[in-house]
Amino acid sequence: MAATVETVERVRALDKYKYGFVTDIESETAPKGLSEDTVRFISAKKGEPEWLLEWRLKAYRHWLKMPEPGWSKVQFPPIDYQDSYYYSAPKSPTDGPKSLDEVDPKLLETYAKLGIPLNEQKLLAGVAVDAVFDSVSVATTFKKNLEEVGVIFCPISEAVKNHPELVRRYLGSVVPYADNKHACLNSAVFTDGSFVYIPKGVRCPMELSTYFRINAQNTGQFERTLIIAEEGSYVSYLEGCTAPQRDENQLHAAVVELVALDDAEIKYSTVQNWYPGDEEGKGGIYNFVTKRGACRGRNSKISWTQVETGSAITWKYPSCILQGDNSVGEFYSIAITNNRQQADTGTKMIHLGKNTRSRIIAKGIAAGRSDSTYRGLVRIGAKAAGARNFTQCDSLLIGDKCGAHTVPYIETKNRRAIVEHEATTSRISEDQLFYCRQRGMSQEDAVALVVNGFCREVMQQLPMEFAVEAQKLVGISLEGSVG
Amino acid sequence: MLEIKNLHATVDGKAILKGIDLTVNAGEIHAIMGPNGSGKSTLSYVLTGREGYTVTEGEVLFKGKNLLDMDPEERAGEGVFLAFQYPVEIPGVPNTTFLKEALNSVRRYRGEGELDAMQFVKLVREKTKMLHMSDDMLKRAVNVGFSGGEKKRNEALQMAVLEPSLAVLDETDSGLDIDALKTVADSVNLLRRPENALVLITHYQRLLDYIVPDHVHVLAGGRIQASGGKELAHELEARGYAEFSAGAAA
Repeated sequence: MAATVETVERVRALDKYKYGFVTDIESETAPKGLSEDTVRFISAKKGEPEWLLEWRLKAYRHWLKMPEPGWSKVQFPPIDYQDSYYYSAPKSPTDGPKSLDEVDPKLLETYAKLGIPLNEQKLLAGVAVDAVFDSVSVATTFKKNLEEVGVIFCPISEAVKNHPELVRRYLGSVVPYADNKHACLNSAVFTDGSFVYIPKGVRCPMELSTYFRINAQNTGQFERTLIIAEEGSYVSYLEGCTAPQRDENQLHAAVVELVALDDAEIKYSTVQNWYPGDEEGKGGIYNFVTKRGACRGRNSKISWTQVETGSAITWKYPSCILQGDNSVGEFYSIAITNNRQQADTGTKMIHLGKNTRSRIIAKGIAAGRSDSTYRGLVRIGAKAAGARNFTQCDSLLIGDKCGAHTVPYIETKNRRAIVEHEATTSRISEDQLFYCRQRGMSQEDAVALVVNGFCREVMQQLPMEFAVEAQKLVGISLEGSVG
Repeated sequence: MLEIKNLHATVDGKAILKGIDLTVNAGEIHAIMGPNGSGKSTLSYVLTGREGYTVTEGEVLFKGKNLLDMDPEERAGEGVFLAFQYPVEIPGVPNTTFLKEALNSVRRYRGEGELDAMQFVKLVREKTKMLHMSDDMLKRAVNVGFSGGEKKRNEALQMAVLEPSLAVLDETDSGLDIDALKTVADSVNLLRRPENALVLITHYQRLLDYIVPDHVHVLAGGRIQASGGKELAHELEARGYAEFSAGAAA
């Protein structure tokens, strides 16, 4: 039937990764492979102080001895760390652009294709953008507005130069270099990422966002993000990703550290849409990320929200260490896997202080031949009297070749704590899809609508600018998953 | 408007419809009555293109077009609407989002251009007002936690928004007390237009006291065994389906 063929063609066309293009900007790269020399090269390129080089080298030496984390459900061939480049920077005629006018037009073109308006529109939208292109941040906007209230928002390499005392004090204080093999590698070779400092009592006047991209051939990205919220301050940080299509797997091992002091609040939102590989899972990104926040102060709060739709493999557990009494940790997650994607994601809530509270809402959607696992730890320390946790994990299956798993770990050393865990698994219902189609919606729109409904509780946590984008992304990620 | 000719259909390889002939013209109301298992709901699903219902013989023309060649959403776009016997719950999707998505899908199909948020809200308010419904229902998730009566009224609201040419009401009276039945029937009557047609699928005569049909058909054993005016429904109520079922078995 002609109509059927046409639909298949259309779905196939849509299914191709929408951002699959590569810009041929010359990269100034470190020699291929990983050695002490690579680490020294990166540190020298960045003009780093001695203490940071030493820290990187310590991490590198430790990394050599560390085993790969083996407890997750994801499967992939061993990574050849010597087959990658660890540093590349877009070439620029001057030392670095001072404004957008000085930015390589080709770079700006790439941003435009990715739909990032790095211009006045962002100002109107109230979003400051620190764009990471490959490994070097090329443009930072709206710095002035932020400076007026004393907020520091800059590439971490810049913070190393301008605010060394802050970086030295907090870097690695939440995620120590020896934490796990991926975080350890990041500590040795991280090239860029963002640094945010919110002074005492300041409510950050705009949503901060960084768009991460991966562009040069065979270059793994190792961002390092550090956010410090001083007493009584508030910040909302947004991170979003899309990447050009590639043929070889790319390792991405980022580290994000958050520190919230007394009465401070950090809201960290992510929409992740990296290239997931082709229908067979070939060529996708390996996303091995360590994200952790420390609620060091009393009444502090850290809230993670993530929408994970991309990557061939996602290995990610944004966590909270609830040290301060009455501190609050939240984790809201949507993980969508299709085709051959694998996701092992969840959180850790470590309750140390009294009356600490945590809330976990995780929604996993698996389609195609993909595999989605929620893995979460709730640990109540001996001194955490009155601690409370509520966890809810819901899985939705599309088709009969995918898998969804829920693996909760609960450890409690205090009898006066309350821990609750609820979990459900369901299949997308034929009744729902037919009902929508009878009302005129296409199969794909129906799937997107039902799945967005399933995810609503989490979507509502996203800042408005992201919520709309994320809802569209849900539809795009599940295209071709039914029928 | 609707022409069903010698329609045969199977479910799981089992023959359910065994040669249905039925013509519905604009402005008409047809009631299809019959015992359980006679193929009433199957007919509604075959007309709307539900998966698992296989047509083995015959044809269905809707406004001269071959309905059986179309996907369910295309049939909806052409103006075929099914009010479900058991309206489906869609957790997390606000009724208004669902309605807007549905209306704009149908409008796109018809090349009419989508309504923006403001235009849509205005339209829905008109419809809820017409049907004496509260706007609260719009904010709630589709059919989630709705009473039996609310679910059926919600179907009527969807019908009001989508303005189909042909609405098939599948056992709309089931599970409703008499007050709820009356309210839903009132809504349906409000939506009648000379250019539109209604097919009521029902087990009992009582719905037909409120929505009065022009034609009544008795479906049994996968065939229409008898057709007549509204008085046939009263006869059935008095005498039951036994003689038609016996006829079908023979």
